[in-house]
Amino acid sequence: MLRGLFLKKGAVVIAMHEVLSKKQLSPNVTRLDVIAQRIAEIRQPGQFVIVRRGEGAERIPLTIADADPAAGSIALVIQAVGKTTRELVALNPGDAIQDISGPLGRPTDLIASGRALCVGGGVGTAVIHPIAQGLHRQGVAVVSIIGGRSKEWVIFEEELRKLGEVVVCTDDGSYGRKGFVTDAAKDVLAAGGVDCVYAVGPVPMMRAVVAVTKPLGVHTIVSLNPVMVDGTGMCGGCRVSVSNETKFACVDGPEFDGHLVDFDLLWDRLGTYRAQEQESMARHEESCRIGLEKPKAD
Amino acid sequence: MPDRLGETESRLTRQDYLNVSTKITTKERLKIERQAMPEQDATARAAAFCEVNLGFTEKLAMLEAQRCLLCKEPKCVAGCPVMVNIPRFIQFIADGDLAAAARSLIGDNALPAITGRVCPQETQCEIECIRGLKGMSVAIGHLERFVADWAYRHASQVVTAPPQPTGKKIAVIGSGPAGLTAAGELVKLGHEVTVYEALHKPGGVLVYGIPEFRLPKQIVKEEVERLQQAGVKIECNVVIGRTYTLQELRARFDAVFIANGAGLPMFMNVPGENLKGVYSANEYLTRVNLMAAYKFPSADTPVIVGRRVAVVGGGNVAMDAVRTGRRLGASSAMIVYRRTKKEMPARAEEIHHAEQEGILFEFLVAPVEILGNDQRWVTGLKCRRMQLGEPDASGRRSPVPIPGSEFVIECDVVVVAIGSRANPLLTSTCPDLKLNRYGNIAADANGMTNLPGVFAGGDIVRGAATVILAMGDGKRAAQTIDGYLKKG
Repeated sequence: MLRGLFLKKGAVVIAMHEVLSKKQLSPNVTRLDVIAQRIAEIRQPGQFVIVRRGEGAERIPLTIADADPAAGSIALVIQAVGKTTRELVALNPGDAIQDISGPLGRPTDLIASGRALCVGGGVGTAVIHPIAQGLHRQGVAVVSIIGGRSKEWVIFEEELRKLGEVVVCTDDGSYGRKGFVTDAAKDVLAAGGVDCVYAVGPVPMMRAVVAVTKPLGVHTIVSLNPVMVDGTGMCGGCRVSVSNETKFACVDGPEFDGHLVDFDLLWDRLGTYRAQEQESMARHEESCRIGLEKPKAD
Repeated sequence: MPDRLGETESRLTRQDYLNVSTKITTKERLKIERQAMPEQDATARAAAFCEVNLGFTEKLAMLEAQRCLLCKEPKCVAGCPVMVNIPRFIQFIADGDLAAAARSLIGDNALPAITGRVCPQETQCEIECIRGLKGMSVAIGHLERFVADWAYRHASQVVTAPPQPTGKKIAVIGSGPAGLTAAGELVKLGHEVTVYEALHKPGGVLVYGIPEFRLPKQIVKEEVERLQQAGVKIECNVVIGRTYTLQELRARFDAVFIANGAGLPMFMNVPGENLKGVYSANEYLTRVNLMAAYKFPSADTPVIVGRRVAVVGGGNVAMDAVRTGRRLGASSAMIVYRRTKKEMPARAEEIHHAEQEGILFEFLVAPVEILGNDQRWVTGLKCRRMQLGEPDASGRRSPVPIPGSEFVIECDVVVVAIGSRANPLLTSTCPDLKLNRYGNIAADANGMTNLPGVFAGGDIVRGAATVILAMGDGKRAAQTIDGYLKKG
């Protein structure tokens, strides 16, 4: 069933993915709910989509943070860091994304029972949300620890509270507990009774969580976010090293046993296009300034 | 085949020319020398992505066509994986009846503008050409390309009557050469065809793999549009195995043709392969071709532009990658191959073009390590010299390392083009489908798998092969599917 906007190109009709709603979650994180009927119906926790805004745009992976099968929409949570993500968050309701493919990646390995600790850092909290949803649905007790620089950077708190206990941490102590999510995680783990840890966030955060859980022998699943192009295993650009074996995050992951992941390699490869990203961004800002492109809308 | 072009006019024209062409004696035909393909200047094109071959003019084509001896038992046809009736369309060219040539060619081959550009004719049809025994074979590939390009510009003269609808629905997985060919053949037979493509643009390897300078994307677009006008439906951004399962397609369609390609790149398993600046050929070419990274920053997708690019491998993909590196601006673009030029699987024309463009070749060399600096960027390729030993299973002499022969090739980009494996994305979600020991789908010569109504062809069956072999599979599978549907 096709819904929403259509683009006619020669004899082909392309279903566009209409933006239904937009919400700013933190100073640089935006939630877009977009039409993607089929994906909304079948997506599972941990899966992602590849998004291409329009002609000439990059293909980027975005986790499916939530879905509403009745409305036929999925939630994309986007951190505006470069040209591509800035252009995505500049979209408004009624605008459309040309290409969304998915759901991609293997679904999360959810524990069947017991108690799980979900740790989310920054925009990674949006990735933790569907995992916590899946765990909660299975009857697993969920404790979430989420964090941000300060109060305004904390996202998905309300949604996660519906699924279990939530501990909020801020670096500056402006909200919840002062300190890093790892400090809170240490306390929860010390109290015992955690069967599995799910950690998603910036690479340094996931590395720090793993450093805490590894000595305790608590199984820890992390979601990796390397550079991707096709998302189907064809290019191998997203290769990561797990247990000294090369894996493709798009088809073998994106979630892996955190105790076996080479985070240094992931961090290093994420920097491959830093110079080009800066060049692209500078050009984008310049064209926004002189009015060639639409400035970022709020 | 019904003739939409004014029949009388067409017959008259043909008759006129037939009178002329039948007057040419074999002796006269033999006197005509093979016409050279006009090419863009080598120095200019080494920095440009526009097509190298410019195509025959009508005059060149007619002259070349007259070289064909119209053999009673044409060996060239037997050499063609899609069995194009070669002498027939060539005779129409010689007669100046290009509409008839186009109808004849398109009737046999769903994608002639593509095969006319990327087929290895020198090892298929042209190698069998009787004129090749003494001198040069007829330039079949160049003539095919000429007719296909003419046909696109004169589409209204090539229209054939729409077939009787059969009411049968077929799903084709993948819009590469095998999928598009099967789709084209199946709609011709009156079936309803839907093609599912995982990427955002149809064409498969024709758009992500083969570079613009060898196969302009506009040509692929035109061929795809021609199929769509003939009734083929194409849905992009649908990943079978993820968006829909094979079982779901089997329930919704009368038959399914799987042609999703090989698509899982192989690496060398040497230290340093995860350094920045190391690409699989698939990624390097996808960034540049599908995502147009050569236009960065006008296009958003970047690619690391090396000053010195080393490409490991000796096939067509390696040639495409190294010539791409050169065009992106590398001052040195080099092929590193473990055998000699003689054993290279790449097409002769591609090697020739690469040499003209200043591509360097290191033969009898195998990488043992990729070297990097402290920021983990590639700085070189440590290699070992090889010598040829005894022939292996493929009949080619296998390379044997020479002890103590290690040396370093300085480079900042390494592209690994040593082949690909079967992508398990689809097959892993359908355990009933029988695979061979390499993970490829087990299908017979007609494309039949172990599951009723499920057919397969192209690289997912063969492993990494060529565009034309995939197209041959598509054509044969379409005939098998048609037979299967008629029985059912």
